Amino acid sequence: MSAQTPGPRGPENPLDEALETADPAAEPGLVEELEQERARERADLAEDTGDRWRDAMRHVVSGGWVVSVGAIVLAVLAGSVMIVLTDERVQETAGYFFARPTDMLAAAGDAVGGAYSALFRGAVYNYQADTFAAAIRPLTQTLTNAAPLVAAGLGVALAFRAGLFNIGGQGQMLMAATAAGWIGFGVTGLPFPLHLLLALVAGVLAGGLWAGIAGFLKARTGAHEVIVTIMLNYVAFYLVSYLLATPGLLQAPGSANPKTPPMRESAILPPLLGGQFPLHWGFVLSLLAVALVWWLLNRSSLGFAFRAVGENPKAARVAGIDVPRTTVSVMLVAGALVGLAGVQQVLGTVTTGFSSDIDAGIGFDAITVALLGGSNPWGVLAAGTLFGGFKAGGSAMQAAEGIPIEIVLVVQSLIVLFIAAPPLVRAIFRLPQPATRRRRTPPVRSTATTTEGQA
Amino acid sequence: MTATTVDGAPVSAAAGPRAVRTVTWKTVTVLAVVLALYALLLLLAPHEGAARFRLSTDRDLFVLPTLELPALTTAWVCAAVALAVVGLAVARTRGGRRVPVWATALYAAALLVGFLAWAAAGSPRDLSVVGLLSGAVVLCVPIVYGALGGVIGERAGVVNIAIEGQLLAGAFTAAVVGSLTDSPWAGLLAAVLASTLVALVLGMFAITYKVNQVIVGVVLNVLVIGLTSFLYSQVLVPGAETLNSTTRFARIPVPFLERIPLVGPVLFNQTIVVYLMFVMVAVVWFALYRTRWGLRVRAVGEHPKAADTVGIDVVRTRYRAVLTAGAVAGLGGAFYTVVSINQFNREMTAGAGFIALAAVIFGKWDPVRAALAGLLFGFATNLQNVLSVVGSPVPSQFMLMLPYVVTLLAVAGLVGRSRAPAADGVPYTKE
Repeated sequence: MSAQTPGPRGPENPLDEALETADPAAEPGLVEELEQERARERADLAEDTGDRWRDAMRHVVSGGWVVSVGAIVLAVLAGSVMIVLTDERVQETAGYFFARPTDMLAAAGDAVGGAYSALFRGAVYNYQADTFAAAIRPLTQTLTNAAPLVAAGLGVALAFRAGLFNIGGQGQMLMAATAAGWIGFGVTGLPFPLHLLLALVAGVLAGGLWAGIAGFLKARTGAHEVIVTIMLNYVAFYLVSYLLATPGLLQAPGSANPKTPPMRESAILPPLLGGQFPLHWGFVLSLLAVALVWWLLNRSSLGFAFRAVGENPKAARVAGIDVPRTTVSVMLVAGALVGLAGVQQVLGTVTTGFSSDIDAGIGFDAITVALLGGSNPWGVLAAGTLFGGFKAGGSAMQAAEGIPIEIVLVVQSLIVLFIAAPPLVRAIFRLPQPATRRRRTPPVRSTATTTEGQA
Repeated sequence: MTATTVDGAPVSAAAGPRAVRTVTWKTVTVLAVVLALYALLLLLAPHEGAARFRLSTDRDLFVLPTLELPALTTAWVCAAVALAVVGLAVARTRGGRRVPVWATALYAAALLVGFLAWAAAGSPRDLSVVGLLSGAVVLCVPIVYGALGGVIGERAGVVNIAIEGQLLAGAFTAAVVGSLTDSPWAGLLAAVLASTLVALVLGMFAITYKVNQVIVGVVLNVLVIGLTSFLYSQVLVPGAETLNSTTRFARIPVPFLERIPLVGPVLFNQTIVVYLMFVMVAVVWFALYRTRWGLRVRAVGEHPKAADTVGIDVVRTRYRAVLTAGAVAGLGGAFYTVVSINQFNREMTAGAGFIALAAVIFGKWDPVRAALAGLLFGFATNLQNVLSVVGSPVPSQFMLMLPYVVTLLAVAGLVGRSRAPAADGVPYTKE
């Protein structure tokens, strides 16, 4: 419970981690010191007042998940206020509020209730549907939306862990989608799994290489990755627009629209639960990516280098890690993960041909997903699924209640904002603040503009 | 020979003072690569005919003649000038000295003129140099204001990713208030207030609650995009007549000065918001480097503990800086709805805030350099507009890409490592 801030750093206790990695032979005394420190920390947490029930209660309400629930409640309340204020019937009935207040309250209740039940029906379970398959369809839609969010979120999160801010998700997804799509509709004669595999690999490679440009420039010239990835977004967008608008390149033959022909059957990610559901194998790929990133970060030496560079590039260099090389490999891997999201879009979700908006804003949503998930693979999975649900439910809400889908953006961003500031949420709900302990680690340096070059 | 030898190998080189190279070849590399690409363009797509540059407008005191240049000759002469600069750069770098700024500027100007001559060759229309420059000044306005805001905030140690959100909030409120009151001044003021409000939220979370500043910034952008888009479709679209049609600022020509050829129409026939931008760059520079407030802001951004030790209230200084930064960015937001066009559209800032962020870093956290970076960006964007009027042979998508490619090359080749204020992004905890 040392850090509730879902920051670019993982939520693990840094002390535990340091203990695991400390080598008693190399640094005598260090392990003892760390253990004493940890004991002190535990003692801080366990200062009980004697009343067992009150202690239990206090531990529960000062825990992290209460803050999360509180944050969601607050965000949903704020969304409700927006719905009520802009609802036409509420405005009409507010005109005679003092004559018959119940009218306005009922209208407000209807508006909010209708909106959130539509959101639930669109994201989780449609209890108005006739068959079970139709009722459960929204859930599969949520998971379909979640797949690219998780993959791209992992790409952003991985870069965060290495102290890099990858705002280039849009460009990486576009390049990946272009490569995968080009193989997907342009190559003929390959049988099903081979064709799909080829397109998949091409897309992931393209995403990785596009992000690799940013890594390479950062490593070789010190160019800031924030600038480079933003600029590469635009370059990719116009490059793809050009390819899409030029006959003979990506544009569908005989069409004037900037759109590609549909993907060939042999390159499409097959449906996971049968043809009646939108869910495709891309979701499984995202799950595999989550496991892979977890392994990479926590069990591999490459991942250790990533984290070491993220924590302190100078110390990493002293420890013998080639920082420029690590920067390039981080961006390659991060771009490949974001590329996977692009591949899932063209080969799974939109198989009828794509245009230059195929990224669907996922590259930017991925930043919020990575932040909400605390830059930790499992957290990213949870956050991506939540956002996928919001996306599915938001469109259902727009269709059923006429409430613009943008309200979902507001609720999402408020959730992240509140979760990031536990003291604020506790203050609003009048929950006890956890005992303040002295800070052992220096505050997290922001990853955006402070990561100096590897000078 | 007094130098000792170990295993027969002379170590005299190690005995002397070690030479430390501070000059790299990357500038030369970028200059050479760009020149090679330019030459390739001329070789592969030669463009016969004459290019005509119109330098005057009808209102000028005296009329400068329309320049008529033979396109290919001009383009190759410019290439030769650029080649000379590359040669100079090689010589300087080999001698361990930096490439002087004037040489880089000469190189850029040569390639620009050459490219314009090539692109405008044989076009029935004249290429209006005045239009090119004045458009650039107008297009850079929101970027420059946003970048100035970014510089102030980051100099105080608060990273501001939320410039985009501040611009958008400013544009939205300026549209609503400007339409309701029918006064662009009210709109401008409202934009400043709205953007300051976004800055207040940023400050509250980043300074008081010590939340990671990147998180707050990113999330605030999403929040403002969501709020303004939601309100746009729920409120502004139904009530477009009363809520979303502003009166714009009129141009205010400066008497006499505006009639100077070339300079006049570009600099002295603009709206008040543009004049204010020039003033603001100077004011921010003066405030940061020549006033007590600026010294404190920079101290708090570089070493808050030291600043605290000498009695500067770190939290209050940072709050003031962030709020000031928000107010400045708000002026840029108002530009969209009370200067550029007369209504608000969904996500109308279209990433200008991120470009401003890039300009902050590109300009190495200095107000004047950041403003110049913004101007460069506006110029490259307008170059595309102007060339599409003249009928350039380059596909429009590549012209649209130009500003971003130029920025990439400039960042990679000329600027290099940019060092943020030391405490940028670090919340301050008093001990």
